[in-house]
Amino acid sequence: MIFPVAENALLVTLADAINPQMPATLRALCERLNAQQWPWLVDLVPSYTTLLIVYDPDQLDFRQAAAAVRPFFTDTSKHTPDDDDQPLIQLPVYYSDESGPDLTSLADACGLTVDEVIAKHSGTHYQVYAMGFAPGFGFMGEVDPAIAHPRKQTPRQKVPKGSVGIANRQTAVYPVSSPGGWQLIGRCPTTLFDPEKLSLLGIGNRVQFYPVTREDFLQLGGEL
Amino acid sequence: MSALNSGLWITDPGVSATIQDLGRKGFRHQGLAVGGALDLHAFHWANRLLGNPVDAACLEILLGGFRATAQTDITVALTGADAAITVNRKQVENWQTLALKAGDELEIGHSHSGRILYLALPGGIDSPQWFGSRCVVPREQISGLSPVTTESRLMPLRLNAQAEQRVTPAGSRRDYREDLTLRVIPGYQYDHFSRDDLLRLTTRDYTVTQQSDRMGFRLDGPALGRVPPGIISEGIAPGSMQIPGDGQPIVLMSDCQTIGGYPKPGVIASVDCHRLAQRLPGQAVRFAFTDIADAQNEQRLFNRYFRARC
Repeated sequence: MIFPVAENALLVTLADAINPQMPATLRALCERLNAQQWPWLVDLVPSYTTLLIVYDPDQLDFRQAAAAVRPFFTDTSKHTPDDDDQPLIQLPVYYSDESGPDLTSLADACGLTVDEVIAKHSGTHYQVYAMGFAPGFGFMGEVDPAIAHPRKQTPRQKVPKGSVGIANRQTAVYPVSSPGGWQLIGRCPTTLFDPEKLSLLGIGNRVQFYPVTREDFLQLGGEL
Repeated sequence: MSALNSGLWITDPGVSATIQDLGRKGFRHQGLAVGGALDLHAFHWANRLLGNPVDAACLEILLGGFRATAQTDITVALTGADAAITVNRKQVENWQTLALKAGDELEIGHSHSGRILYLALPGGIDSPQWFGSRCVVPREQISGLSPVTTESRLMPLRLNAQAEQRVTPAGSRRDYREDLTLRVIPGYQYDHFSRDDLLRLTTRDYTVTQQSDRMGFRLDGPALGRVPPGIISEGIAPGSMQIPGDGQPIVLMSDCQTIGGYPKPGVIASVDCHRLAQRLPGQAVRFAFTDIADAQNEQRLFNRYFRARC
Protein backbone atom coordinates (compact mmCIF):
# COMPACT_ATOMS: atom_id res chain seq x y z
CA MET A 1 0.00 0.00 0.00
CA ILE A 2 1.20 3.51 -0.84
CA PHE A 3 0.30 6.49 1.37
CA PRO A 4 1.10 10.21 1.33
CA VAL A 5 3.32 11.33 4.25
CA ALA A 6 4.57 14.86 3.61
CA GLU A 7 4.85 17.22 0.60
CA ASN A 8 8.04 15.41 -0.35
CA ALA A 9 7.51 11.88 0.92
CA LEU A 10 5.33 8.83 0.55
CA LEU A 11 5.33 5.57 2.50
CA VAL A 12 5.05 2.07 1.07
CA THR A 13 3.94 -0.58 3.56
CA LEU A 14 5.05 -4.11 2.68
CA ALA A 15 4.09 -6.37 5.58
CA ASP A 16 2.03 -6.32 8.77
CA ALA A 17 4.69 -7.89 10.94
CA ILE A 18 8.49 -8.00 11.10
CA ASN A 19 9.84 -11.03 9.28
CA PRO A 20 13.36 -12.17 8.37
CA GLN A 21 12.72 -11.90 4.62
CA MET A 22 12.09 -8.15 4.78
CA PRO A 23 15.65 -6.77 5.05
CA ALA A 24 16.77 -8.50 1.84
CA THR A 25 13.54 -7.59 0.05
CA LEU A 26 13.88 -3.95 1.07
CA ARG A 27 17.52 -3.89 0.03
CA ALA A 28 16.68 -5.32 -3.39
CA LEU A 29 13.81 -2.85 -3.85
CA CYS A 30 16.08 0.09 -3.00
CA GLU A 31 18.66 -1.12 -5.51
CA ARG A 32 16.04 -1.44 -8.26
CA LEU A 33 14.48 1.95 -7.52
CA ASN A 34 17.86 3.66 -7.36
CA ALA A 35 18.81 2.06 -10.69
CA GLN A 36 15.97 3.98 -12.38
CA GLN A 37 17.99 7.18 -11.82
CA TRP A 38 14.82 9.25 -11.60
CA PRO A 39 15.86 12.90 -11.27
CA TRP A 40 13.04 13.48 -8.78
CA LEU A 41 14.01 10.65 -6.40
CA VAL A 42 15.77 12.13 -3.36
CA ASP A 43 16.08 9.30 -0.82
CA LEU A 44 14.88 5.84 0.15
CA VAL A 45 14.50 5.09 3.87
CA PRO A 46 13.76 1.39 4.47
CA SER A 47 12.78 0.26 7.96
CA TYR A 48 11.58 -3.24 9.01
CA THR A 49 8.38 -3.45 6.93
CA THR A 50 8.15 -0.08 5.18
CA LEU A 51 9.94 2.11 2.66
CA LEU A 52 9.78 5.90 2.93
CA ILE A 53 10.34 7.41 -0.52
CA VAL A 54 11.51 11.03 -0.54
CA TYR A 55 10.96 12.93 -3.79
CA ASP A 56 11.09 16.44 -5.17
CA PRO A 57 7.56 17.91 -5.18
CA ASP A 58 8.70 20.69 -7.52
CA GLN A 59 9.02 18.01 -10.23
CA LEU A 60 5.98 15.82 -9.60
CA ASP A 61 3.10 15.40 -7.19
CA PHE A 62 2.05 12.54 -4.91
CA ARG A 63 -0.13 10.79 -7.51
CA GLN A 64 2.61 10.88 -10.11
CA ALA A 65 5.27 9.64 -7.69
CA ALA A 66 2.98 6.86 -6.46
CA ALA A 67 2.22 5.81 -10.04
CA ALA A 68 5.94 5.68 -10.89
CA VAL A 69 6.91 3.45 -7.96
CA ARG A 70 3.78 1.26 -7.78
CA PRO A 71 4.89 -1.32 -10.41
CA PHE A 72 7.92 -2.18 -8.28
CA PHE A 73 5.73 -3.25 -5.36
CA THR A 74 3.14 -5.37 -7.13
CA ASP A 75 5.11 -8.55 -6.59
CA THR A 76 7.89 -8.05 -4.09
CA SER A 77 8.68 -11.77 -3.95
CA LYS A 78 10.63 -11.50 -7.19
CA HIS A 79 12.92 -8.91 -5.56
CA THR A 80 14.09 -11.32 -2.90
CA PRO A 81 17.73 -12.05 -3.60
CA ASP A 82 19.81 -14.91 -2.32
CA ASP A 83 20.87 -14.26 1.27
CA ASP A 84 24.38 -15.34 0.43
CA ASP A 85 24.74 -12.27 -1.83
CA GLN A 86 25.44 -10.29 1.28
CA PRO A 87 28.92 -10.48 2.79
CA LEU A 88 29.13 -11.27 6.50
CA ILE A 89 30.40 -8.20 8.36
CA GLN A 90 32.33 -9.28 11.46
CA LEU A 91 32.43 -6.93 14.43
CA PRO A 92 34.77 -7.47 17.39
CA VAL A 93 33.29 -7.00 20.87
CA TYR A 94 35.01 -6.74 24.23
CA TYR A 95 32.37 -8.32 26.47
CA SER A 96 32.94 -7.45 30.14
CA ASP A 97 31.47 -5.67 33.14
CA GLU A 98 33.91 -2.85 32.47
CA SER A 99 32.69 -2.31 28.89
CA GLY A 100 29.14 -3.61 29.31
CA PRO A 101 27.67 -2.54 32.66
CA ASP A 102 24.51 -4.63 32.18
CA LEU A 103 26.26 -7.89 31.20
CA THR A 104 26.10 -9.57 34.60
CA SER A 105 22.60 -8.39 35.48
CA LEU A 106 21.33 -9.52 32.07
CA ALA A 107 22.94 -12.94 32.56
CA ASP A 108 21.36 -13.22 36.03
CA ALA A 109 17.95 -12.16 34.74
CA CYS A 110 18.15 -14.75 31.94
CA GLY A 111 19.38 -17.49 34.28
CA LEU A 112 22.60 -17.91 32.30
CA THR A 113 26.29 -17.46 32.96
CA VAL A 114 28.11 -14.50 31.43
CA ASP A 115 29.96 -16.88 29.13
CA GLU A 116 26.68 -18.33 27.91
CA VAL A 117 25.35 -14.84 27.14
CA ILE A 118 28.52 -14.06 25.19
CA ALA A 119 28.31 -17.37 23.30
CA LYS A 120 24.68 -16.77 22.37
CA HIS A 121 25.21 -13.12 21.35
CA SER A 122 28.26 -13.92 19.22
CA GLY A 123 26.88 -17.21 17.90
CA THR A 124 24.08 -15.69 15.84
CA HIS A 125 24.12 -14.28 12.32
CA TYR A 126 22.16 -11.04 12.41
CA GLN A 127 20.58 -8.95 9.70
CA VAL A 128 20.25 -5.17 9.63
CA TYR A 129 16.49 -4.49 9.72
CA ALA A 130 16.68 -0.68 9.83
CA MET A 131 19.10 2.23 10.07
CA GLY A 132 18.26 5.19 12.29
CA PHE A 133 18.46 6.79 15.74
CA ALA A 134 21.95 8.13 14.88
CA PRO A 135 24.22 8.10 11.80
CA GLY A 136 25.46 4.54 11.29
CA PHE A 137 23.17 2.99 13.93
CA GLY A 138 21.87 -0.34 12.60
CA PHE A 139 18.98 -2.17 14.26
CA MET A 140 19.97 -5.84 14.05
CA GLY A 141 18.01 -8.99 14.70
CA GLU A 142 17.10 -11.40 15.84
CA VAL A 143 18.72 -11.97 19.21
CA ASP A 144 18.46 -15.51 20.66
CA PRO A 145 15.26 -15.51 22.79
CA ALA A 146 17.30 -16.82 25.75
CA ILE A 147 19.15 -13.47 26.03
CA ALA A 148 16.38 -11.17 24.79
CA HIS A 149 15.77 -8.55 27.46
CA PRO A 150 13.68 -5.36 27.51
CA ARG A 151 15.19 -1.86 27.56
CA LYS A 152 16.11 -0.34 30.90
CA GLN A 153 13.27 1.37 32.77
CA THR A 154 15.23 4.60 32.91
CA PRO A 155 17.46 5.31 29.92
CA ARG A 156 21.07 6.29 30.59
CA GLN A 157 21.94 9.94 29.97
CA LYS A 158 25.14 8.86 28.26
CA VAL A 159 25.86 5.57 26.59
CA PRO A 160 29.54 5.49 25.56
CA LYS A 161 30.55 5.30 21.90
CA GLY A 162 30.89 1.71 20.68
CA SER A 163 28.55 0.24 23.30
CA VAL A 164 26.86 -2.99 22.22
CA GLY A 165 23.31 -3.28 23.48
CA ILE A 166 20.32 -5.58 23.54
CA ALA A 167 16.69 -4.43 23.46
CA ASN A 168 14.24 -7.33 23.31
CA ARG A 169 15.24 -9.34 20.24
CA GLN A 170 17.33 -6.56 18.72
CA THR A 171 20.99 -5.72 19.10
CA ALA A 172 23.01 -2.70 17.99
CA VAL A 173 26.25 -0.77 18.40
CA TYR A 174 26.07 2.91 19.40
CA PRO A 175 28.22 4.73 16.78
CA VAL A 176 28.62 7.82 18.99
CA SER A 177 27.90 8.47 22.65
CA SER A 178 24.28 9.39 23.20
CA PRO A 179 21.43 8.87 25.64
CA GLY A 180 20.02 5.35 25.39
CA GLY A 181 18.08 2.64 27.16
CA TRP A 182 19.49 -0.60 25.74
CA GLN A 183 21.08 -3.27 27.98
CA LEU A 184 24.83 -2.81 27.49
CA ILE A 185 26.87 -6.02 27.30
CA GLY A 186 30.15 -4.94 25.70
CA ARG A 187 31.91 -2.51 23.45
CA CYS A 188 32.97 -2.61 19.78
CA PRO A 189 36.07 -0.70 18.62
CA THR A 190 35.02 -0.56 14.95
CA THR A 191 34.09 2.83 13.44
CA LEU A 192 30.47 2.53 12.34
CA PHE A 193 30.10 5.94 10.78
CA ASP A 194 32.75 7.95 8.98
CA PRO A 195 31.79 11.19 7.16
CA GLU A 196 33.92 10.15 4.15
CA LYS A 197 32.99 6.48 3.92
CA LEU A 198 29.52 6.88 5.45
CA SER A 199 27.84 4.03 7.32
CA LEU A 200 29.54 0.65 7.60
CA LEU A 201 26.15 -1.03 7.92
CA GLY A 202 23.20 -0.92 5.56
CA ILE A 203 19.78 -2.52 5.42
CA GLY A 204 19.97 -6.23 4.62
CA ASN A 205 23.64 -6.59 5.61
CA ARG A 206 24.50 -9.72 7.57
CA VAL A 207 26.53 -9.20 10.75
CA GLN A 208 28.25 -11.42 13.30
CA PHE A 209 29.98 -10.38 16.52
CA TYR A 210 33.09 -12.11 17.85
CA PRO A 211 34.62 -11.77 21.35
CA VAL A 212 38.01 -10.07 21.75
CA THR A 213 40.19 -9.46 24.79
CA ARG A 214 40.68 -6.12 26.49
CA GLU A 215 44.14 -5.82 24.87
CA ASP A 216 42.78 -6.55 21.39
CA PHE A 217 39.93 -4.10 21.94
CA LEU A 218 42.35 -1.31 22.87
CA GLN A 219 44.72 -2.20 20.04
CA LEU A 220 41.83 -2.01 17.56
CA GLY A 221 41.21 1.57 18.69
CA GLY A 222 38.55 0.94 21.32
CA GLU A 223 38.12 3.43 24.15
CA LEU A 224 37.29 2.64 27.77
CA MET B 1 43.17 41.41 2.27
CA SER B 2 43.81 38.26 4.23
CA ALA B 3 40.89 35.87 4.23
CA LEU B 4 41.43 35.45 7.95
CA ASN B 5 40.28 38.98 8.79
CA SER B 6 37.49 39.26 6.33
CA GLY B 7 34.53 38.08 8.38
CA LEU B 8 32.79 38.39 11.72
CA TRP B 9 34.38 37.52 15.03
CA ILE B 10 31.82 36.14 17.47
CA THR B 11 32.16 37.51 20.99
CA ASP B 12 28.97 35.88 22.36
CA PRO B 13 26.99 33.21 20.51
CA GLY B 14 23.99 33.56 22.85
CA VAL B 15 21.86 30.54 23.77
CA SER B 16 22.77 28.59 20.65
CA ALA B 17 23.74 29.50 17.11
CA THR B 18 24.36 27.03 14.29
CA ILE B 19 25.19 27.33 10.61
CA GLN B 20 22.23 26.16 8.52
CA ASP B 21 21.24 25.96 4.88
CA LEU B 22 18.54 23.99 3.07
CA GLY B 23 19.76 20.77 4.72
CA ARG B 24 20.81 17.39 3.33
CA LYS B 25 19.18 15.52 0.51
CA GLY B 26 19.57 11.77 0.11
CA PHE B 27 21.32 10.79 3.36
CA ARG B 28 18.46 9.79 5.64
CA HIS B 29 19.02 6.10 4.88
CA GLN B 30 22.41 6.51 6.61
CA GLY B 31 20.64 7.65 9.76
CA LEU B 32 21.70 11.25 9.09
CA ALA B 33 19.13 13.92 9.99
CA VAL B 34 17.84 16.23 7.27
CA GLY B 35 18.95 19.35 9.17
CA GLY B 36 18.65 22.82 7.66
CA ALA B 37 17.06 26.13 8.61
CA LEU B 38 13.87 25.79 10.67
CA ASP B 39 12.19 28.93 9.34
CA LEU B 40 12.85 28.98 5.61
CA HIS B 41 10.82 32.18 5.19
CA ALA B 42 13.20 34.33 7.25
CA PHE B 43 16.17 32.29 5.99
CA HIS B 44 15.36 32.96 2.33
CA TRP B 45 14.82 36.65 3.02
CA ALA B 46 18.23 36.97 4.67
CA ASN B 47 19.91 35.53 1.59
CA ARG B 48 17.76 37.49 -0.83
CA LEU B 49 18.66 40.81 0.81
CA LEU B 50 22.30 40.12 -0.08
CA GLY B 51 21.59 38.61 -3.50
CA ASN B 52 22.96 35.28 -2.28
CA PRO B 53 22.29 31.87 -3.86
CA VAL B 54 19.07 30.37 -2.54
CA ASP B 55 20.94 27.62 -0.66
CA ALA B 56 23.66 29.85 0.86
CA ALA B 57 24.39 29.04 4.51
CA CYS B 58 23.31 31.52 7.20
CA LEU B 59 23.80 31.60 10.94
CA GLU B 60 20.62 30.51 12.75
CA ILE B 61 20.59 32.39 16.04
CA LEU B 62 18.29 31.01 18.71
CA LEU B 63 16.61 33.55 21.03
CA GLY B 64 19.21 36.30 20.43
CA GLY B 65 21.75 37.35 23.04
CA PHE B 66 24.39 37.37 20.30
CA ARG B 67 27.40 39.63 19.77
CA ALA B 68 29.99 39.81 17.01
CA THR B 69 32.63 42.22 15.73
CA ALA B 70 33.25 42.96 12.06
CA GLN B 71 36.88 42.34 11.11
CA THR B 72 36.55 44.24 7.87
CA ASP B 73 34.02 46.40 6.04
CA ILE B 74 31.24 43.93 5.32
CA THR B 75 27.53 44.12 4.53
CA VAL B 76 25.42 41.50 6.30
CA ALA B 77 21.67 40.93 6.53
CA LEU B 78 19.43 40.08 9.48
CA THR B 79 15.89 38.71 9.47
CA GLY B 80 13.55 36.83 11.80
CA ALA B 81 12.61 37.27 15.45
CA ASP B 82 12.03 40.72 16.93
CA ALA B 83 14.91 41.72 19.17
CA ALA B 84 16.79 44.92 19.94
CA ILE B 85 19.60 45.07 17.37
CA THR B 86 22.43 47.57 17.74
CA VAL B 87 25.59 48.45 15.86
CA ASN B 88 28.05 50.15 18.21
CA ARG B 89 25.15 50.47 20.66
CA LYS B 90 23.09 52.44 18.17
CA GLN B 91 19.74 50.85 17.39
CA VAL B 92 19.17 49.51 13.88
CA GLU B 93 16.25 47.76 12.21
CA ASN B 94 15.78 44.05 11.56
CA TRP B 95 14.83 42.68 8.09
CA GLN B 96 17.45 44.66 6.21
CA THR B 97 21.09 44.79 5.16
CA LEU B 98 23.59 46.30 7.59
CA ALA B 99 26.76 47.88 6.19
CA LEU B 100 29.31 47.21 8.93
CA LYS B 101 32.72 48.90 9.10
CA ALA B 102 35.79 47.11 10.37
CA GLY B 103 35.62 47.11 14.16
CA ASP B 104 31.86 47.65 14.35
CA GLU B 105 30.14 45.67 17.06
CA LEU B 106 26.84 44.00 16.17
CA GLU B 107 24.67 43.09 19.13
CA ILE B 108 21.35 41.25 19.14
CA GLY B 109 19.29 41.38 22.36
CA HIS B 110 17.02 38.62 23.55
CA SER B 111 14.07 38.05 21.25
CA HIS B 112 10.69 39.17 22.55
CA SER B 113 8.62 37.95 19.62
CA GLY B 114 9.81 35.03 17.55
CA ARG B 115 12.52 32.51 18.37
CA ILE B 116 15.03 32.55 15.53
CA LEU B 117 17.10 35.17 13.68
CA TYR B 118 19.10 34.59 10.52
CA LEU B 119 22.38 36.36 9.89
CA ALA B 120 23.48 36.21 6.25
CA LEU B 121 26.96 37.02 4.96
CA PRO B 122 27.85 37.93 1.35
CA GLY B 123 27.73 34.82 -0.81
CA GLY B 124 26.85 32.72 2.24
CA ILE B 125 28.96 31.54 5.18
CA ASP B 126 32.03 29.51 4.33
CA SER B 127 32.10 26.42 6.57
CA PRO B 128 32.76 22.67 6.32
CA GLN B 129 30.56 20.94 3.80
CA TRP B 130 29.43 17.38 4.44
CA PHE B 131 26.67 15.36 2.81
CA GLY B 132 25.96 18.12 0.30
CA SER B 133 25.23 20.70 2.99
CA ARG B 134 26.84 22.97 5.56
CA CYS B 135 24.09 22.35 8.13
CA VAL B 136 25.10 21.54 11.70
CA VAL B 137 23.30 18.82 13.69
CA PRO B 138 25.07 18.91 17.07
CA ARG B 139 23.80 15.54 18.40
CA GLU B 140 25.49 13.71 15.50
CA GLN B 141 28.93 14.77 16.82
CA ILE B 142 30.49 14.99 13.38
CA SER B 143 33.87 16.66 13.53
CA GLY B 144 33.74 20.29 12.40
CA LEU B 145 29.95 20.46 12.66
CA SER B 146 29.33 22.10 16.03
CA PRO B 147 27.44 25.19 17.15
CA VAL B 148 29.50 28.38 16.94
CA THR B 149 31.28 29.46 20.11
CA THR B 150 32.88 32.59 21.49
CA GLU B 151 35.85 33.40 19.23
CA SER B 152 34.39 31.51 16.25
CA ARG B 153 34.93 33.37 13.01
CA LEU B 154 32.25 33.55 10.34
CA MET B 155 33.76 33.87 6.88
CA PRO B 156 31.84 35.06 3.83
CA LEU B 157 32.19 33.27 0.50
CA ARG B 158 32.22 36.62 -1.33
CA LEU B 159 33.69 39.98 -0.46
CA ASN B 160 31.33 42.93 -0.75
CA ALA B 161 32.31 45.89 1.31
CA GLN B 162 29.76 48.12 -0.39
CA ALA B 163 26.56 46.24 -1.08
CA GLU B 164 23.27 47.80 -2.02
CA GLN B 165 21.05 48.72 0.92
CA ARG B 166 17.97 46.47 0.81
CA VAL B 167 14.96 46.06 3.08
CA THR B 168 12.29 43.36 3.26
CA PRO B 169 8.95 45.08 2.47
CA ALA B 170 6.75 45.38 5.57
CA GLY B 171 4.06 43.18 4.01
CA SER B 172 6.53 40.32 3.57
CA ARG B 173 7.73 40.31 7.18
CA ARG B 174 5.94 38.08 9.62
CA ASP B 175 4.30 38.84 12.91
CA TYR B 176 5.18 35.93 15.17
CA ARG B 177 2.44 36.87 17.64
CA GLU B 178 -0.44 36.38 15.24
CA ASP B 179 -2.78 33.40 15.59
CA LEU B 180 -1.39 30.26 14.02
CA THR B 181 -3.27 27.30 12.64
CA LEU B 182 -1.00 24.43 11.60
CA ARG B 183 -2.29 22.44 8.66
CA VAL B 184 -1.86 18.70 9.05
CA ILE B 185 -1.58 16.28 6.11
CA PRO B 186 -3.36 13.15 7.37
CA GLY B 187 -1.33 9.96 7.16
CA TYR B 188 -2.44 6.35 7.09
CA GLN B 189 -2.54 6.22 10.89
CA TYR B 190 -5.20 8.97 10.95
CA ASP B 191 -7.74 6.14 11.07
CA HIS B 192 -6.11 4.68 14.19
CA PHE B 193 -7.21 7.71 16.23
CA SER B 194 -10.70 8.06 17.71
CA ARG B 195 -13.17 10.62 16.33
CA ASP B 196 -13.19 12.34 19.73
CA ASP B 197 -9.43 12.71 19.78
CA LEU B 198 -9.29 14.09 16.22
CA LEU B 199 -12.03 16.55 17.15
CA ARG B 200 -10.14 17.56 20.30
CA LEU B 201 -6.97 18.06 18.26
CA THR B 202 -8.65 20.38 15.76
CA THR B 203 -10.81 22.48 18.09
CA ARG B 204 -8.62 23.23 21.09
CA ASP B 205 -5.50 25.32 21.70
CA TYR B 206 -2.12 23.63 22.16
CA THR B 207 0.71 25.57 23.77
CA VAL B 208 4.39 25.50 22.82
CA THR B 209 6.41 24.23 25.81
CA GLN B 210 9.99 24.78 26.98
CA GLN B 211 10.85 21.31 25.63
CA SER B 212 11.16 22.61 22.09
CA ASP B 213 14.33 22.55 20.05
CA ARG B 214 15.69 21.77 16.59
CA MET B 215 14.66 18.09 17.01
CA GLY B 216 11.06 18.72 17.92
CA PHE B 217 8.48 20.95 19.59
CA ARG B 218 6.56 19.46 22.48
CA LEU B 219 3.09 20.94 22.78
CA ASP B 220 0.74 20.96 25.73
CA GLY B 221 -3.05 20.94 25.63
CA PRO B 222 -6.01 18.64 26.13
CA ALA B 223 -4.40 15.19 26.09
CA LEU B 224 -5.65 12.67 23.57
CA GLY B 225 -7.68 10.09 25.46
CA ARG B 226 -7.12 6.96 23.39
CA VAL B 227 -3.58 6.92 22.05
CA PRO B 228 -3.13 4.04 19.58
CA PRO B 229 -0.33 1.56 20.33
CA GLY B 230 3.14 2.18 18.93
CA ILE B 231 3.87 1.08 15.38
CA ILE B 232 6.81 -0.80 13.90
CA SER B 233 9.45 1.93 13.44
CA GLU B 234 9.20 3.49 10.01
CA GLY B 235 10.81 6.34 8.08
CA ILE B 236 9.48 9.64 9.43
CA ALA B 237 9.43 13.14 7.99
CA PRO B 238 10.24 16.44 9.69
CA GLY B 239 6.85 17.94 10.51
CA SER B 240 5.47 14.61 11.77
CA MET B 241 3.03 15.01 14.64
CA GLN B 242 3.86 12.19 17.06
CA ILE B 243 1.55 11.26 19.92
CA PRO B 244 3.44 9.51 22.72
CA GLY B 245 1.69 7.74 25.61
CA ASP B 246 0.90 10.95 27.50
CA GLY B 247 -1.36 12.05 24.64
CA GLN B 248 0.45 15.38 24.08
CA PRO B 249 1.62 16.08 20.52
CA ILE B 250 5.27 16.47 19.54
CA VAL B 251 5.97 18.10 16.17
CA LEU B 252 9.27 16.90 14.74
CA MET B 253 11.66 19.48 13.31
CA SER B 254 14.68 19.43 10.94
CA ASP B 255 17.08 17.59 13.29
CA CYS B 256 14.64 14.76 14.11
CA GLN B 257 15.59 11.10 13.89
CA THR B 258 15.06 9.37 10.57
CA ILE B 259 12.81 6.54 11.82
CA GLY B 260 10.36 6.34 14.69
CA GLY B 261 7.58 4.25 16.18
CA TYR B 262 5.18 6.69 17.84
CA PRO B 263 1.70 6.82 16.30
CA LYS B 264 1.03 9.98 14.29
CA PRO B 265 -2.21 11.36 12.86
CA GLY B 266 -0.30 13.27 10.20
CA VAL B 267 2.48 15.65 9.19
CA ILE B 268 2.42 19.46 9.50
CA ALA B 269 2.69 21.26 6.14
CA SER B 270 6.27 22.47 5.77
CA VAL B 271 5.26 26.11 5.21
CA ASP B 272 3.49 25.95 8.59
CA CYS B 273 6.48 24.30 10.30
CA HIS B 274 8.40 27.49 9.46
CA ARG B 275 5.81 29.48 11.38
CA LEU B 276 5.73 27.05 14.32
CA ALA B 277 9.53 27.24 14.59
CA GLN B 278 9.23 30.94 15.47
CA ARG B 279 6.76 30.41 18.33
CA LEU B 280 8.01 30.85 21.89
CA PRO B 281 7.03 28.78 24.94
CA GLY B 282 3.54 29.76 26.08
CA GLN B 283 2.25 30.67 22.64
CA ALA B 284 -0.83 28.76 21.46
CA VAL B 285 -1.37 27.06 18.12
CA ARG B 286 -4.28 25.19 16.57
CA PHE B 287 -4.43 22.32 14.12
CA ALA B 288 -6.58 21.80 11.02
CA PHE B 289 -6.45 18.91 8.57
CA THR B 290 -5.60 19.65 4.95
CA ASP B 291 -4.74 17.35 2.07
CA ILE B 292 -1.56 16.42 0.28
CA ALA B 293 -2.45 18.18 -2.99
CA ASP B 294 -3.10 21.52 -1.28
CA ALA B 295 0.04 21.21 0.82
CA GLN B 296 2.17 20.40 -2.24
CA ASN B 297 0.77 23.39 -4.11
CA GLU B 298 1.48 25.69 -1.17
CA GLN B 299 5.04 24.48 -0.99
CA ARG B 300 5.57 24.92 -4.73
CA LEU B 301 4.30 28.50 -4.52
CA PHE B 302 6.62 29.16 -1.60
CA ASN B 303 9.63 27.70 -3.44
CA ARG B 304 8.77 29.57 -6.64
CA TYR B 305 8.48 32.88 -4.81
CA PHE B 306 12.00 32.65 -3.42
CA ARG B 307 13.75 30.82 -6.22
CA ALA B 308 12.47 33.08 -9.00
CA ARG B 309 13.75 36.31 -7.49
CA CYS B 310 17.00 35.49 -5.82
